[in-house]
Amino acid sequence: MVKFILVRILQAIPTLFVIATLTFFMTRLAPGGPFDSEKNIPDEIKEKLEAHFGLDKPLHEQFILYIGNLLQGDLGPSFKYMGWEVSELIAKAFPVSAQLGMLSLFTALLIGLPAGIIAALRKNSAYDYFLMISAMLGICLPTFVLGPLLILIFSSWLGWLPPLGWYAFSDMILPSLTLGLFYGAYIARLTRAGMLETLNQDYIRTARAKGASPLRVVLRHALKGGLLPVVTFLGPAFAGLISGSFIIESIFFIPGLGRFFVTAAFNRDYTMVLGTVLFYACLIIILNLVVDIIQASLDPKSREK
Amino acid sequence: MLLLANRISLGTFHVIKSFLPWIKSNGNSCNYVLIGACLVLFSSCSAPSNVEKAVDEQILHFGLGSEPQYLDPHLANSVSAHNVIIALIEGLVSEDPKTLKPVPGVAEKWDISEDGLVYTFHLRKNAKWSNGDPVTSHDFVYSYRRILNPELASQYASMLHGLKNARKYHEQGLSWEDAKVGAIALDNHTLQLTLENPTPYFLELLNHYSWFPAHPSTIERFGAFGKQGTAWTRPGNYVGNGAFTLSDHKVNSVIEVKKNPLYWDAQTVTLEGIRFYPIESADTEERAFRSGFLHLTQTVSPDRIDFLKANNPDLIHFESYLGTYFYRFNVEEPPFDDVRVRLAFNLATDRQAIVEKVTKGGQLPARCFTPPGTGGFSPESRFRFDPQKAKALIKEYLDEKGLKSLPKIELKYNTSEGHKKVAEALQGMWKSHLGAEIQLLNMEWKVFLSTIAKRDFALARAGWIGDYVDANTFLHMWRTGDGHNNTGWSDARYDELLELAAQESDTQKRFSYFEECEKLIAENAPILPIYFYVHVTLRSPTVKGWYPTLLDHHPYKYVHLESIAGNN
Repeated sequence: MVKFILVRILQAIPTLFVIATLTFFMTRLAPGGPFDSEKNIPDEIKEKLEAHFGLDKPLHEQFILYIGNLLQGDLGPSFKYMGWEVSELIAKAFPVSAQLGMLSLFTALLIGLPAGIIAALRKNSAYDYFLMISAMLGICLPTFVLGPLLILIFSSWLGWLPPLGWYAFSDMILPSLTLGLFYGAYIARLTRAGMLETLNQDYIRTARAKGASPLRVVLRHALKGGLLPVVTFLGPAFAGLISGSFIIESIFFIPGLGRFFVTAAFNRDYTMVLGTVLFYACLIIILNLVVDIIQASLDPKSREK
Repeated sequence: MLLLANRISLGTFHVIKSFLPWIKSNGNSCNYVLIGACLVLFSSCSAPSNVEKAVDEQILHFGLGSEPQYLDPHLANSVSAHNVIIALIEGLVSEDPKTLKPVPGVAEKWDISEDGLVYTFHLRKNAKWSNGDPVTSHDFVYSYRRILNPELASQYASMLHGLKNARKYHEQGLSWEDAKVGAIALDNHTLQLTLENPTPYFLELLNHYSWFPAHPSTIERFGAFGKQGTAWTRPGNYVGNGAFTLSDHKVNSVIEVKKNPLYWDAQTVTLEGIRFYPIESADTEERAFRSGFLHLTQTVSPDRIDFLKANNPDLIHFESYLGTYFYRFNVEEPPFDDVRVRLAFNLATDRQAIVEKVTKGGQLPARCFTPPGTGGFSPESRFRFDPQKAKALIKEYLDEKGLKSLPKIELKYNTSEGHKKVAEALQGMWKSHLGAEIQLLNMEWKVFLSTIAKRDFALARAGWIGDYVDANTFLHMWRTGDGHNNTGWSDARYDELLELAAQESDTQKRFSYFEECEKLIAENAPILPIYFYVHVTLRSPTVKGWYPTLLDHHPYKYVHLESIAGNN
């Protein structure tokens, strides 16, 4: 197992290098630069401005410099948020996105797992149809529709929850619900499919024949196998959730990483784009590794591989 | 209210309990967690909103639009930066909240020489920086020297080119002493500024942040004299001399300023603080306003104007804004290299219909380039709607060139629903009046900017907001080779007229030069003016001392919050 983890970490290094290289050159190839604005500035001022941030050097030199700094853990200064380092901004924004992601995941599991289990146990019943139609709706309804809809109901009509911000716990409910419902719908469908498959297995029949209670059969025997597709889905879903959602963060005015990432691209904030991309890449690599480890512990077959 | 919330919570708890029978109701800690969760959920309904609390607290909650790139007055380049900086720093003069006319700021009085070239400012002795240091005339000289320092690469340094010899220092590499820039501290509290030309709007110009002072020892401490991106503008480091001090800055979340007790006119300031929220989405901003999170919004989504006009006429405000919405022609590429085609497009543009049926925000149709009344100058309306004449001009052009119809023309604009609607309306007008095939092409902002700078367009959207209230801020952009011209149009007489206006101190004569400039624009039509901007905003009636102004400037020291029965 230790060898497996070490190999995966070593594999990550070239992956990150390729990502950094591609992102670096792609951002530079996009038309426009970080200091372009509607107010035209004389060329000599623009040159000085670019010289300030080393953008006047040949591209390959800039790249070598960037990689050099990166190896020392320096992501550079942001071009849009003057006076702030990219690493500082990520350090402040990521916990917000992570908090939102965790709460959403919690909501998604809380809704998705029971719904999926009930639908599987009551296959082809009214429960099943109702839950699966709701899940389908949840998947189809984009968050930019669901978010404002929930705000309309819980904030404008009922006045129970604040419509935006990230200051108190009550601010966190609506955004987590919006994201959580979307992911919960997926989880419900995956759980149902996974459970249906395991419930037909011989070992479940054996467990039933041996007189295990229905609850024990579901929780102890069926769930372990039935959750495998959910766990596979949860890896990337978790990464997606905690790395922030631009749409949710914009709708609810949350200072998370998703907003920084997307606006950085619009602003041609080169260092911020690179910083966030690399950060995401590391996050996804780590989470995929964690998923593989969990999967190995759940499924003896993949452990052997 | 809290009691009610508690009861609702208990009720909810019982409902949840009936679904989850394994929860026992006698003393199990799980119960308390659940009750707590329900309480949190429902107690929020009893929490007063920002706006409800604000009258007691005197905290203004301000929709800032976007996060400013800089809070450094010598580097700032946006409206959002302006809105924050004017709370933190005060210039030599300040602004009347209604008319924006210059009123004493750091300078309590000033003398102007007869030729209008030398201004002597007498600084008040009780003006202090937020760390207690006195504000002196040397600080201003230091600040001018800093912004004009070519190493700093300030985007707005050219605002100071009106100072005698400032250009020599800024652009020609001379030292400050050798260039003999016209900014001299006669003593600690007397500042003499000498100008290149008599500039009737000079005092108004001083209210632009590029003329604001910065605290020299703070700048030095952070090595920010010739360097961008230092940490001097962070809370705790920022030293200003304005009515407020910077107390918190969470990027993309909030910028908070608090009343500065050391400000010389602190007794006039009623607000205890301002919280600026960089909410970029107009819809989110509106929701924030409706829920009492904001006192005022930066903008209103164009799709919402009709609804808000009908349902909340007391909250939505339409205020004239010193700006022109127009299109640029590329006068070097066919078919717009021919003045008849440019004139025909102008004549086939029904500006009245655009403002009445498309923009609907109370905009005025632009029949000249400079907005009427700019610094007292109102140009004649020359851009008229005359489709018959337009048709005749196009026919003449086509016959001469031996063409059957105009080639397909691309109209480029930066992606936005508002721009798209205007472009579509014009596309229809030009199709029906001129038979022109217009292809709309929307572009992402930075791509659009680089396309315009490279002049890779036939017809492109543009907008211009005045930096100060004088026609010069509009007309100077059409000079030959101006960085904002980007049409390829050049006219020696036009350049000469602007030069004459710059040297003229007689208002009527200046206006006559400007009028001739406007005439040249209308005759040569390098542009197609569409409408004059209006600033549409939502504002709570509790905000007092806030007046519509042409530049959308609102000196905060005159603003206060008052409760209004039944309103937020």
